[in-house]
Amino acid sequence: MLEILGKTSIDFMGKRRYSFAFSGVLVLVGLLALVHIWLGKANLGIDFAGGTAVQLKFEQPIPIEQARQALIRHGLPDVELQEFTDGNKLLVRVKTTTTIEEKVAEKVLEAFKKDFAGNPFVVDSSYEIGPTIGQRLQKDALIAISISMLGIILYVAARFEFRFGVAAAIATFHDVFAVLGVFYILDKEITLLIVTALLTLAGYSLTDTVVVFDRIRENLKVRHRDPLETVINNAVNQVLSRTVVVSLTVVLVLIPLTLAGGEVLHDFSLALLLGVIVGTYSSVFVASPLLILWKGTPGKLLRRR
Amino acid sequence: MKPVAGRLILLSVTVVVSLVFFLPSTPLFSSMPEWWKHNLPGKGMTLGLDLQGGIHLVLEVEAERAIEIKMDRDVSNMTELFAEKKLKVENVKRTGPTEITINLADPGAKEAVLTLTDDQFPTLSGRSPSDRVLLLTLRPDDAERIKKAAVGQALETVRNRIDQFGVAEPLIQQQGLRQIVVQLPGVKDPGRAKALIKNTALLEFKMLDEDHKVARELPSRVPAGKEEDILKEFGPQIPPDDEILFERNVDKETGRVTKTPYLIRKRVALTGDVLTDARVAIGEFQSAYVSINFDSTGAKLFERITAENVKKRMAIILDNTVYSAPVIQERIGGGRAQITGSFSTEEANDLAIVLRAGALPAPVKIIQDLTVGPSLGRDSIEKGIRSTVIAGAMVIIFMVVYYRLAGAIADFALMLNLVCLVGALAGLNATLTLPGIAGIILTIGMGVDSNVLIFERIREELRTGKPVRPAVDAGYDKAFLTIVDSHVTTLITGFALFLFGTGPIKGFAVTLCLGIAINLFTALVGTKVIFDLLNRRGRMEHLSI
Repeated sequence: MLEILGKTSIDFMGKRRYSFAFSGVLVLVGLLALVHIWLGKANLGIDFAGGTAVQLKFEQPIPIEQARQALIRHGLPDVELQEFTDGNKLLVRVKTTTTIEEKVAEKVLEAFKKDFAGNPFVVDSSYEIGPTIGQRLQKDALIAISISMLGIILYVAARFEFRFGVAAAIATFHDVFAVLGVFYILDKEITLLIVTALLTLAGYSLTDTVVVFDRIRENLKVRHRDPLETVINNAVNQVLSRTVVVSLTVVLVLIPLTLAGGEVLHDFSLALLLGVIVGTYSSVFVASPLLILWKGTPGKLLRRR
Repeated sequence: MKPVAGRLILLSVTVVVSLVFFLPSTPLFSSMPEWWKHNLPGKGMTLGLDLQGGIHLVLEVEAERAIEIKMDRDVSNMTELFAEKKLKVENVKRTGPTEITINLADPGAKEAVLTLTDDQFPTLSGRSPSDRVLLLTLRPDDAERIKKAAVGQALETVRNRIDQFGVAEPLIQQQGLRQIVVQLPGVKDPGRAKALIKNTALLEFKMLDEDHKVARELPSRVPAGKEEDILKEFGPQIPPDDEILFERNVDKETGRVTKTPYLIRKRVALTGDVLTDARVAIGEFQSAYVSINFDSTGAKLFERITAENVKKRMAIILDNTVYSAPVIQERIGGGRAQITGSFSTEEANDLAIVLRAGALPAPVKIIQDLTVGPSLGRDSIEKGIRSTVIAGAMVIIFMVVYYRLAGAIADFALMLNLVCLVGALAGLNATLTLPGIAGIILTIGMGVDSNVLIFERIREELRTGKPVRPAVDAGYDKAFLTIVDSHVTTLITGFALFLFGTGPIKGFAVTLCLGIAINLFTALVGTKVIFDLLNRRGRMEHLSI
């Protein structure tokens, strides 16, 4: 029998002071990111903010500074440029609150055709999104997040106990905020795809938490005389190897996706990768200790199936 | 122990059905015999725009403009009608988006005018705030109906144009109240397609005002981009019933664009809705022109107008751009005319298409435009497949190394999972998007989760000294509820994504939800059957797990 972890008896609950402090910082950064998004100061993708994104594929490498100068000469001073060294690709982003009618994409193409006549290119993709669509997508994303969160709390509350549901929801929010915070610090663009990744990792993190909770519930039924802290500690230790193995397989899958999945999927996979790591941490160090903070009525679980 | 045979048959049937559904999506399909193609279900998976390239547009119909256009038409019809009936009306004007004001020359005419408008313009309701003024307003429910009809007609027109342009499997549908979604997969020239959709294609024939002094003072040509200056210079002198419109000229040799301003009467002599056909023809000097045919009313009107205006100039105007302004040489009967102008064969062709398909009832605004080139799509598929293979291989190897025989069984379940997933996606004719591929990869990673849960449970049972068979059964039993709980929570997120996501996100949600549901089946039924099969061969002393 090959084992990464043998039979463990780590005192996870005893370390809750440190883990709560660490998680507090993570969530705080995430909240800061959220406030900035709310105020419109964060790096929102054009699908939310409206604007134009054109990705060009050149035949020869293109110096980013020259590209910027060329765009300034053609009346586009406020652009964001991003290079993908793999294949001489250049992503030009222009965020505007005006309509598409201004033909920003055409201006960008014009600028490169004129100033880089010796370096032909093809248009990989061109996105133009009006501000009204962006606002609708923002609203849709918020509704999707709210509905899934509500659904999850209700389901976990129905299957376990209300406090389990709340603890699971807090842990899930913790994971989403943590990844959002890291993306904020890395100045990554928050796009629709990233929101999708956040929701997916919320689902994953919850799966992880539910597995741990399941074992806690099972142990509580059998050993209700032991102190709560011991029961929870034992449960976490019992499922620890499963938790680690599963996270490992998902990480194994996400690493090639992040490295070789192409520029479209890179940030998406990165968010999931971070999410899996944080999600695993939170089921052990956040969700479970929360049950100690909110003890509930002893013996209530016994009466339930 | 439950009998094995039934479950084995169920598994094999599932695999075969999945493969049958999936086959049409593979490149193999084109080389298969005809009868086989006929009997296979569906057309399999379609590739999303992000994978095969193409354009996704969201158009917004400016339906308010449709109402203004209708009101303007009512105004001009009314003016003619009042003149015909010799009613003492000073003037008729549109004074708001849904309001027409009639100023009477004689208060005594009020009754007659009201009776006439009530009879001839039933969508307007009239009232009289003072002796000499009548206010006609559009009824709110008629306004709603016009807006709705405008969106419906715009949808129809856009569909006609795209059909004639020739795109394989376009998607054109209404979204919400005012929006139209247009998806054109694999379009080579996105700019041309967009122009074709967006052109209002309002064709108008208007007479030039050649007598006014502005007409004589206008320069014959200005460089492109100087139109504003002309409008500024002559604007104040233009008579109220006239306007300045420009003709676009392209120099064949240098490619320079110049504009010719014309002073044109605002009154529309004839519009394009009397058109029955429009085709491209090649004239002298190899220049392309569009020949148009009118219906009988149009032909009669055109004949009358040309007869009344011999030796005068008439402008042919499309979307407020003058195409040509020929001098009427003689009365033109037979309901035919030509639109000449400096355009290429391709432009003439597109012009003929929009004229045949009809005008949009109101202008449309492109509010979302996603264009993906074919090279990025190919790139994405290659990278997607490559990372799927790498990810799959890593998980498969890890499971075998860590769980040995049991790991191999889990790997078998994983393959089963993948086969069923692609089969289900193909069977539902789902659209495969790039995030969808990510969803498939994620399913590989999460797919082993259930088996890991079960195996860890079995290991625990074995540690307590139980024999193999009861340990396996207990492992499955105890892990069952946990697996269901964890799957349901992910399904909830998947559903929320499906309900509120668009395009690629929806594709991701579909793969995620299907993957999880199938995983429940393969993990609980698929692997258990193998364990039971192994156990049946005689009592197992040791389990390699």
